[in-house]
Amino acid sequence: MLSASHRLHADGLTPEANRAVYGKCNNPHGHGHNYTVELLVGGPVDAETGMVTNLADLDRVVRERVIERFDRRNLNDDELFADAVPTTENFCRALFTLLEHALPAGKLEQVRVEETENNFFEYRGD
Amino acid sequence: MILLTRRATFSASHYYWNEAWTPEKNREVFGRCANRNGHGHNYTLEVTVAGEPDPATGFVVDLKWLKDVIEREVLSHYDHRHLNLEVEEFAAGKLMPTTENIAIAAWRRLEPAVRAAGGVRLNRIRVHETPEIFAEYRGEA
Repeated sequence: MLSASHRLHADGLTPEANRAVYGKCNNPHGHGHNYTVELLVGGPVDAETGMVTNLADLDRVVRERVIERFDRRNLNDDELFADAVPTTENFCRALFTLLEHALPAGKLEQVRVEETENNFFEYRGD
Repeated sequence: MILLTRRATFSASHYYWNEAWTPEKNREVFGRCANRNGHGHNYTLEVTVAGEPDPATGFVVDLKWLKDVIEREVLSHYDHRHLNLEVEEFAAGKLMPTTENIAIAAWRRLEPAVRAAGGVRLNRIRVHETPEIFAEYRGEA
């Protein structure tokens, strides 16, 4: 889980259009979420370890590439969102790209990001 | 392609009873769920749509719009209702209000509205009857 703030605002839209599209999510000082990030990693089960991937290694990669970068931060400050709106759709896709070639073992099948208890997003690299 | 899911809950009662069967067979097949006084659940409905994020807004779809569609097409008909007695598709002789059929019925209620809006398509409906049981439908049947 990571806790981060964001503000949804598109520079190419007028203030009125931003308000209409994003509603409360356009409030000027932003707001936050406890995002839940789930990785689905696929692969054969190793005959010796019984594992698809060693979870301790996977946790380390996620900690280094995701948690330390985004936890307790403002997503709008990250270079990823210099030219893109930090919607959870875009965040989910960005996390997939950050992690897909960094896994210690297995193939990244899907990233799922839960923004609130009422909505979540999935991306499978397609 | 991003899959976006909106989750909502509704509370409803139901029972399982096949009029073509004897009471004994109903009780044998449906067990406690054959109680004609019914019983209830807090159902969780997950509606998943698929689409590409808009390059300008970063949205696949307006979540407020999706929330309103779910409320109008499904929740307003199911929430705090007796599915067998008050919902047309679950009337006697029609669909049994199992979790499976609720998922299919919710798809049929939502798909036209999602298709009419354009930009996204309905990808999956998941209905949790309890935290341990859910049914999923992707529109193939």
